[in-house]
Amino acid sequence: MEKTKMKNLKALMLAMLALGASGALAVYAVPLYEMFCKVTGFGGTVQRADSNESEQIDRVITIRFDGSVDGSLPWKFKPVQVTQDVRVGETALAFYEATNLSDHAITGSAVFNVTPHKAGLYFSKIECFCFTEQTLQPGETASMPVTYYIEPDIMDDRKMNNVHEITLSYSFFFQRDEDNLDGEV
Amino acid sequence: MANSAQTHDAHDHGHPTGWKRYVYSTNHKDIGILYLWFSGAAGVLGFLLSLLIRIELQEPGVQFLPFLTGGDMDAAHQLYNVLVTGHGLVMIFFLVMPALIGGFGNYFLPIMIGAPDMAFPRMNNISFWLLPPALLLLLLGMFMEGPPGGMGAGTGWTLYPPLSSALGHPGPAVDLTILSMHIAGISSIMGAINFITTILNMRAPGMTIHKMPLFAWSMLVTAFLLLLALPVLAGALTMLLTDRNFGTAFFDPAGGGDPILYQHLFWYFGHPEVYIMVMPAFGIVSHVVSTFSRKPVFGYLGMAYAMVAIGFIGFIVWAHHMYTVGLSVDTKAYFLAATMVIAVPTGVKIFSWIATMWGGSVTFKTPMLFAVGFIMLFTIGGVTGVVLANAGVDAALHDTYYVVAHFHYVLSLGAVFAIFAAFYYWIGKMSGRDYPEWAGKVHFWITFIGVNLVFFPQHFLGLQGMPRRYVDYADGYVFWHEVSSYGIYITTIGVLWFFGIVAYVLMAGKKAQANPWGEGATTLEWTLPSPPPFHQFNELPKIK
Repeated sequence: MEKTKMKNLKALMLAMLALGASGALAVYAVPLYEMFCKVTGFGGTVQRADSNESEQIDRVITIRFDGSVDGSLPWKFKPVQVTQDVRVGETALAFYEATNLSDHAITGSAVFNVTPHKAGLYFSKIECFCFTEQTLQPGETASMPVTYYIEPDIMDDRKMNNVHEITLSYSFFFQRDEDNLDGEV
Repeated sequence: MANSAQTHDAHDHGHPTGWKRYVYSTNHKDIGILYLWFSGAAGVLGFLLSLLIRIELQEPGVQFLPFLTGGDMDAAHQLYNVLVTGHGLVMIFFLVMPALIGGFGNYFLPIMIGAPDMAFPRMNNISFWLLPPALLLLLLGMFMEGPPGGMGAGTGWTLYPPLSSALGHPGPAVDLTILSMHIAGISSIMGAINFITTILNMRAPGMTIHKMPLFAWSMLVTAFLLLLALPVLAGALTMLLTDRNFGTAFFDPAGGGDPILYQHLFWYFGHPEVYIMVMPAFGIVSHVVSTFSRKPVFGYLGMAYAMVAIGFIGFIVWAHHMYTVGLSVDTKAYFLAATMVIAVPTGVKIFSWIATMWGGSVTFKTPMLFAVGFIMLFTIGGVTGVVLANAGVDAALHDTYYVVAHFHYVLSLGAVFAIFAAFYYWIGKMSGRDYPEWAGKVHFWITFIGVNLVFFPQHFLGLQGMPRRYVDYADGYVFWHEVSSYGIYITTIGVLWFFGIVAYVLMAGKKAQANPWGEGATTLEWTLPSPPPFHQFNELPKIK
């Protein structure tokens, strides 16, 4: 009888191992997915860099800017310039402008990506208003900068040969009402 | 092999009788019977839901469902979504899985490998008794608030956010559906652990893993698929639950989440899930084909390892359900190729079944009719699957009736035909009473004509661009929708006929022999009397 018990215990361990492996996959799904998006640029995930030390190359790409606001956030938000022509490797600076239309101080944050999605791998941001939350006082208008460059590696990827234009897109979402922290929106 | 002298009821330690026999049961045969009755009841329910769907779709416009909602059009539209969701979840989790895995698996797996019972009999009891509350929660969800002002979860069986998150369904209906899936999942996981331990440890002396019947092989692969797939579903559903109720943002872009992550997690579970449903069917069909061809199955080892291969590849093809979410061309190329590779081991199985019949002394008794029907319908479904595997083609066919036709051919017609094959093959063994052969054959032909009439026209609808999950459609689609609805009326006759047969067998069936199928039936269950004794194999059979 003891022998059967040991054998059953062993089989149980095997089953638990399988269960644990896929359980871990589920528990670590979020960091794994984040890593996957960053490594592959999936869904137009952009890269983040501390500084730009790359050489400039004579290929011009047009960057198109897009900004939208979620319905629950009473802000106006739009790019200052519609397009920018940048050389590959060149550090560029672009501005967005946001206005709080309500009579509350409101904090929002922006999510972003680029299209075509495959360009995410080569689009690097050095500084961006989207890295942190933004708070606007009632009626305040703020200028929001983004510093970025196109990685020279783009020249080696033949799937990028037909890309002459990249759209950088932001959506602002409501986070908190600063004047009414525990109340309803 | 065993003889009946080894199987008498020696352990007479007073097993419970009456209702206690089933509620407290630790006997694999009693629990298997419970599973079968449960899946029969759930099957009727799921079938009624699809009947309502088809009645509504018989003509363009929305006219039948408002009749049920008292003329309220919005409620009728929501009801349609709820019917589609309920039909899918009930059929998958409460008909196919309990019948094939819990029912026939519990009853015949221990007998086929020469074991007296399952390895963990008490856990077996819990596995079953978790299912009725799970079904109850699902049904309860249909009658709770889902979307603002509407009733029930109308999310589809996939429960994609944001439709299933607080945005689309703020009411408790989706929460109840999620809890139902959690409980059904726990039940399946415990069942899977039980099957794995039983198969690894309790095979009769001499039955090496490579001599094990193919049904046991199919259950082994299924159990591993369950263990590897279900925790991921549980994780995804838990994240959805916390997103809905506790302010997390796993799938909400406003907080930095991504709804596409849910789809990845869901299909990482969802694709193996379709193999979980059809794998036991593979095992059953192998036995039926071999029995009625009076030949051992062709290419036994190839058949066993084809199932292992299908199970393995099943885990690395999930994104072919998501070709339209914006995957890169390279990613799509990979998932396309990997998906098509599945056709190879599947082809090995189809051709091996045909080779088993080839040159055999074939008799077309009812189980064989259903098994051959399975092979034909599964092949049709498999071929449309290869069509859909092409990412470019799928861009046009995604979420159309072509997809609906495809997965109903492999599941509704495939897996369910295998359930019927197993029923006619084993009912004499389980009940000790024979079914009337002519009635079984009539059942087969009614069902075969009915379901093909339902689903074959849906290929045409899909190719014409009819999207799935819509309550209404343009006039141009009316002809094939009408044909499809006539099909389900024929199928309804088949369902009633089937339950007539069940009633007849249980009340007036002729006494069944130990082995009614003759020399082709070589597995251990045919060495026992019909029905088998409460405890079998007190002395283990020796396998040569």
